[in-house]
Amino acid sequence: MADAVAKGQDSAQSIPALLARNVARYGGYPAYREKEFGIWQSWTWAETAEEIRAMALGFLSLGVERGDYIAIIGRNRPAHYWAMVAAQMCGAVPVPLYQDAAADEMAYVMEHCGARFVVCGDQEQVDKIVEIEDRIHTITHVTYTDKRGMRKYDHARMNALEDVQREGRAGHHRYETELDKRIAELDYDSTCVMLYTSGTTGKPKGVVLSNRNIIETAKASSEFDHLNHNDEVLAYLPMAWVGDFIFSIGQAYWSGFTVNCPESPETMMIDLREIGPTYFFAPPRVFENQLTSVMIRMEDAGKLKKRLFDHYMKVARDVGPDILDGKPVSFGRRISYAFGNLFIYGPLKNTLGFSRIRVGYTAGEAIGPEIFSFYRSLGINLKQLYGQTEASVFITQQPDGEVRADTVGVPSPGVEVKIGENGEVYYRSPGTFVEYYKNAESTASTKDPEGWVATGDAGFFEEDTGHLRIIDRAKDVGKLADGRLFAPKYMENKLKFYPSILEAVVFGAGKDRCTAFINIDLTAVGNWAERNNISYASYQELAGHPRVYEMIREHVEEVNASVAEDPMLSGCQIHRFLILHKELDADDGELTRTRKVRRNIIAEKFGDLIEALYAGRDEIYTETEVTYEDGRKGKIKATLRIEDAKTVPAGPMAEAAE
Amino acid sequence: MNDMSDGYVTADGRQIGGVLMEMKNITLKFGGVTAIKDISFDVRAGEIRAIIGPNGAGKSSMLNVISGFYVPTEGEVWFKGVKRGPMRPYQVARLGIARTFQNIALFDGMSVLDNILTGRLTLMKKGLLSQAAWWWSGAAQEEYEHREKVEKIIDFLEIQNIRKTPVGRLPYGLKKRVELARALAAEPKILLLDEPMAGMNVEEKEDMSRFILDVNDEFGTTIVLIEHDMGVVMDLSDRVVVMDYGKKIGDGTPDEVRTNQDVIDAYLGVAHD
Repeated sequence: MADAVAKGQDSAQSIPALLARNVARYGGYPAYREKEFGIWQSWTWAETAEEIRAMALGFLSLGVERGDYIAIIGRNRPAHYWAMVAAQMCGAVPVPLYQDAAADEMAYVMEHCGARFVVCGDQEQVDKIVEIEDRIHTITHVTYTDKRGMRKYDHARMNALEDVQREGRAGHHRYETELDKRIAELDYDSTCVMLYTSGTTGKPKGVVLSNRNIIETAKASSEFDHLNHNDEVLAYLPMAWVGDFIFSIGQAYWSGFTVNCPESPETMMIDLREIGPTYFFAPPRVFENQLTSVMIRMEDAGKLKKRLFDHYMKVARDVGPDILDGKPVSFGRRISYAFGNLFIYGPLKNTLGFSRIRVGYTAGEAIGPEIFSFYRSLGINLKQLYGQTEASVFITQQPDGEVRADTVGVPSPGVEVKIGENGEVYYRSPGTFVEYYKNAESTASTKDPEGWVATGDAGFFEEDTGHLRIIDRAKDVGKLADGRLFAPKYMENKLKFYPSILEAVVFGAGKDRCTAFINIDLTAVGNWAERNNISYASYQELAGHPRVYEMIREHVEEVNASVAEDPMLSGCQIHRFLILHKELDADDGELTRTRKVRRNIIAEKFGDLIEALYAGRDEIYTETEVTYEDGRKGKIKATLRIEDAKTVPAGPMAEAAE
Repeated sequence: MNDMSDGYVTADGRQIGGVLMEMKNITLKFGGVTAIKDISFDVRAGEIRAIIGPNGAGKSSMLNVISGFYVPTEGEVWFKGVKRGPMRPYQVARLGIARTFQNIALFDGMSVLDNILTGRLTLMKKGLLSQAAWWWSGAAQEEYEHREKVEKIIDFLEIQNIRKTPVGRLPYGLKKRVELARALAAEPKILLLDEPMAGMNVEEKEDMSRFILDVNDEFGTTIVLIEHDMGVVMDLSDRVVVMDYGKKIGDGTPDEVRTNQDVIDAYLGVAHD
């Protein structure tokens, strides 16, 4: 304990302290950039510190107290990041929320943490707060970043964030002493941020992360990948997500690199290309979509271009990953790869915005091996990590040169990982969360007295490499009626690796065989339909088209064949499936805001369909309630076909051996 | 309506100013055809004024009279208290009147940005020679200023992601939005919208309605619009003129117009017995 204190003293113990350190060390380097009015505006670390300080002084003038909770709802903008640090300076706790959450979802969180101040991005968010204000009486003041459309609102307890800063600047003589006192009070154990988990089950829980959690994690992971103040990231993932907090605040303040904020969510791809980040994180979905759009565009390209592309992509597949991993590759092949880089990979990477990328990460879901190796073969150092909000992200990650699609890497520096008796993964690390806010019961059931945290995921370490492999959510791993292992997520991921399948939900726990719901990917299937002269008027019609069914059945059967080779999982083969008439949607509660399947809710909502799958019927009529973006509800009616898929008898290997 | 000479306050609390434009006994004839018969109404500063009516009622002709494209056969147009004579298009633009068209009239091959910049043509002061000597003559500086204005409009209408896209590649709903952007680029006092929602789906209509309200609110632009979608008209406008067969059959707030028997007859038809 004593040496921990000693160690802490010579380094910054809070984000505001790191900010001060960065001003001294990197004062003239850019800290933030944001594209506005078509031009990238930038703020150096010194300017950033001034802005944040003004905001903190403004917060004091509004009456922010120690221990207050300040909710921040908006897209990634420098001002919102500043608001988080300014809140910390005042001794308050920033609580970033998902900006696409409906008012009711927000009300729960606001009430739970008792937020007194809210920083809104724009009118849309303010409207939600106004809607719920009467129900939760804690909110005393609302600020907003974008002034548009705000003139007519009652400003008795509301003003623009800019004006708060102005007030702070005007009143700096009055508040400065108090602010400096509060900044000095911050230490390793004060709360850095509170993040609400998306909650695949039940209500969201507030994960309290201390400065120690964030700074230690940021330090270890920055050193792991040699991040420095010349790196650039694009901040485009939800601010309420722990990853964005670690990348855009934790690591950014530790390493002093630049955080770039896109102009709007729609321009993200254009901005990505303009910035060309050196350090980039994206969920598998983003990489999938990019690859899909590249492939679609190549289908439409001229013959010569297409042949060049195919030829050099083959070269890249053969030698690209080896070159990236520093393995020996013959001189001739290296020359060939260099030509490929000149003609294809270079321009392609430029188009994708990956020209300067040094370290790329993906996590959150399993990534398709083909997608993964596509990017790696282009020379993009894409790696996987495994993490959780409760761990301040990092549990395991892949070191350079040891990257594979099917593992999530070795334990991150400072993290201990063990596998429980039931196969569940446990970890203990400096990043392990303090507690769930106002929920001692859940805290106790997740974190044991020794500090081990259950991830809820089942996995195992590969004996020869020491890499961790994740199979499924521990509670989802079940048994079929005859006792064979049932791992739905494993199957769903395999299905989702096909570009035409957007989402899949597999059922079978306690039943005699497995069945599945499939969601088609409108972009990929729509394009395929166009090329094959299949006309359709709606998503529903396309989803029900016999040719689409045929294609999906082939995919399902391929997955069945591949699973059959694994004796442990061969019971998971899908016997029957149907294609859903609507896309699973977070607005309908079928997915979480981070787009994870909510199995129980789907099982309940589509109970009639599951029944039909097991009853052996060929089609079923169903009515489904849907929620539109503005909160209104409607009904979709459809008659869905149910098809059988061929399965491979279990244990063909064993038979062949006899 | 004469009792409102000093403006009025709308249901949602906006202050509407005095008369900005007044049409006095307008009649418009094309040879033997009378498109507009003796119509009078006014447009007040800051209001959203709608002109509605069945097909062939003379709405677009009326808009063309307002914009100065047609010179009325009889009657007078008063703008800001001055009687307006026949004008050339650039003169109209300089007066502060801009419009969008029923069938989109953009330059397909040009980018969204360039299309919107064309809206500022009448505000550009440097001539051809100065522009040839781009940097030395201050034309560069002028271009920056115009670009800044255009960027603000792009931000306002949320079309940043298509800034550099050629207009020809855009879907219909977005083209309409670009047209609105170009009209706004001229910084008009009065904005004339000829069926801004024609051919749009519900979502696009909602977006467009939002933008029209925001333009009115943010820039204080007076808006005269022609529209077929009654729901939209009743929601958006402060006062409505109803036309049928070239005649004015109603004028007032949406509620007044909705209960006007002549209007109901014109829209639903009457039995001929």
